[in-house]
Amino acid sequence: MIMKTKTILLSAVTLMSVLTYEKAIAQIGAPYIHDPSTIMECSGKYYTFGSGGGGLISEDGWTWHGGGVRPGGGAAPDVVKIGNRYLIAYSATGGGLGGGHSGKVLTMWNKTLDPNSPDFEYTEPVEVASSVDDEDCDAIDAGLLLDPTDGRLWLSYGTYFGFIRLVELDPATGKRMDGNKEIDIAIDCEATDLIYRDGWYYLLATHGTCCDGPNSTYNIVAGRSRKVTGPYVDNVGRKMLEGGGKMVIAAGNRQTGTGHFGLFKVTDGVEKMSFHFESDFDRGGRSVLAIRPLLWKNGWPVAGEVFKEGTYEIESERRGYSLELSVDFVRMESVMYRLWEKDDKPLEPLKSQTLEDVIGTWSQGNINVRIGDYMFRPHQRWAITAVPDVGGYLGGTYYKIVIEGTNRALAATADAEVVTVPEFTGDPEQLWRIDQLTDGTYRIMPKKAPGIDKELVMVSVGDSTPSLGEFDMNSDNSKWNFRNH
Amino acid sequence: MNKFFLVLVFLASTMPCYVLQAQQSTETTHLSDYFSPATGVKSPDDEGFIQRWLLLEPIDKPNRTNTVFTDSYIREAFATEYFLKQLTVLPKDGDKVKAGKQELTWHALDSKLFNVKLFRFASGLKKQVYGVLFWAVTVIECSEDIENVRMSVGSNSASMWWLNGEEAVILSGDRRMVKDDCMSRRLTLKKGKNIVRGAVINGPGMSDFCVRFIDENGVPVKKNINISYK
Repeated sequence: MIMKTKTILLSAVTLMSVLTYEKAIAQIGAPYIHDPSTIMECSGKYYTFGSGGGGLISEDGWTWHGGGVRPGGGAAPDVVKIGNRYLIAYSATGGGLGGGHSGKVLTMWNKTLDPNSPDFEYTEPVEVASSVDDEDCDAIDAGLLLDPTDGRLWLSYGTYFGFIRLVELDPATGKRMDGNKEIDIAIDCEATDLIYRDGWYYLLATHGTCCDGPNSTYNIVAGRSRKVTGPYVDNVGRKMLEGGGKMVIAAGNRQTGTGHFGLFKVTDGVEKMSFHFESDFDRGGRSVLAIRPLLWKNGWPVAGEVFKEGTYEIESERRGYSLELSVDFVRMESVMYRLWEKDDKPLEPLKSQTLEDVIGTWSQGNINVRIGDYMFRPHQRWAITAVPDVGGYLGGTYYKIVIEGTNRALAATADAEVVTVPEFTGDPEQLWRIDQLTDGTYRIMPKKAPGIDKELVMVSVGDSTPSLGEFDMNSDNSKWNFRNH
Repeated sequence: MNKFFLVLVFLASTMPCYVLQAQQSTETTHLSDYFSPATGVKSPDDEGFIQRWLLLEPIDKPNRTNTVFTDSYIREAFATEYFLKQLTVLPKDGDKVKAGKQELTWHALDSKLFNVKLFRFASGLKKQVYGVLFWAVTVIECSEDIENVRMSVGSNSASMWWLNGEEAVILSGDRRMVKDDCMSRRLTLKKGKNIVRGAVINGPGMSDFCVRFIDENGVPVKKNINISYK
């Protein structure tokens, strides 16, 4: 009976920890969608649309629910904002079984994506691309790019059945440019999207097996080109017209079937990629919206990780020192060996310094923080856990950052500094947004510093001094690393 | 979004396999768009791809999905004898074989592309395009031994390949055709004739393959070889 009780308790604890963990890595609410379009922000809310019509809405980018309205049905829409309007492309499928692969890509405009707005009204859809039966193309799965270099508008489309094709649209009307001829840019992929960065055009495409639930091997790959028209080439010099592509994200974290890339730039250095997992094992295998940091490594896009709870050193990218409480450094006693004398005594491992060894030397009130040499001491070990029911931001939830084994919490102050308070209360200045940056480091941002309306992040103003300041991607002062060692 | 897959899933429980055949109602493509008759001397293309093949018209092998193509499945599927001497025969253009109730013809063709579009081979001949098994044979004639080369294969979907009767490469799973997807161990293309044989299996969707040989430096083998079908 005792064993049984223990087993039940252990199972409950395990389940709780799994649920907490899953909550921290997946969008919450009802994020159920297949083939999500690029996320758009409209009047303070986020929107994405999926296959079959409809879409998801989020107030904060973390909790998602239905309610998006996208008429026309069909498959795999995409959206781009041009001026003060939104252009939506989607595909109407006409073929399917028996060799028919006729399809149409249509575009339509709306001034707003908010279905409750009096301005919400879609224009009549216009056909901009098509495929006929038995053609080496399947005109579905639209992806839109408004070229930031010259304002030209491009549409990629297609599936495994033949070529991925590129056509040019008129950014004023959303119609096909007169006389424009489609260009073949890839094979053996689908669900494409185009983005531009630093002189390169990137074609994001989905490879692998679609629509097979937990067995779906769908994965997102990329190739790049100096010209939007291609050729798109992967990291080993293989054209996407030869099946090439470098992996951006595949399965993981009990989720399979990544597909339908979309880019959302938060600010310089903070980029998010949206996509779907075709099967989220912890949500009954349903297809869900996913949002991850987008990293860039050697000129290639790579999915970052949603921040994982744990105990970490918080290392400043500026010098490599570690965030710590401003408390006395408590030396550890140990035998000092004379290296020139032979000593045959057996080796005894040293014990790590514990919280109990030092906490009595700490003030019980607020304690300032500084940045110093990391010595894996208790005043440098930060336990970071997601805080439920406090909202979130695009792709993440808020975290509390406390000294391991205590409730002593990192907090922003009204004079734009950082401090620790003895008890975590859940106030906004104690809630931290953690974004992985495009170079793989992180920025750490309070939900709100008291009385300050500006967005501030934790910065290293000196090698040993943290503070709050404006985020600057070009400065290592704004960047931190989380190390568990 | 693979609409074909979704439609298949939707209809799989209600429709028999025999509907997995091309409807040729609105033809926009023809065999000549992708292939020409094999004539004269043929070298690999600029990237070393072998474009000349003897292709057997598709054998009926129904599969509603390509996800069934595990290693075990395809080994068993390719070990099954569909026609006499399938692992040893060097057919001639126009030869016919009996595979079950099907009478099938070998076609000597040059692909106009680096890859060989089996789907278009079948549709161009008005044969079934889904739920099929293709056999392909070619002859590589070398003026000298070429050692330490690898056979490089990409195929849609699963496939298995032999060089001079020895298994060289196997590509299992729901594959898309990717250049240099799978490589054999180091092989020797011997002086004289070398027979390359392949079998490609596909359920729904496109089917094609690409084959070339790569030397130890990763360079395509193009010199001192000619491709024939005799």
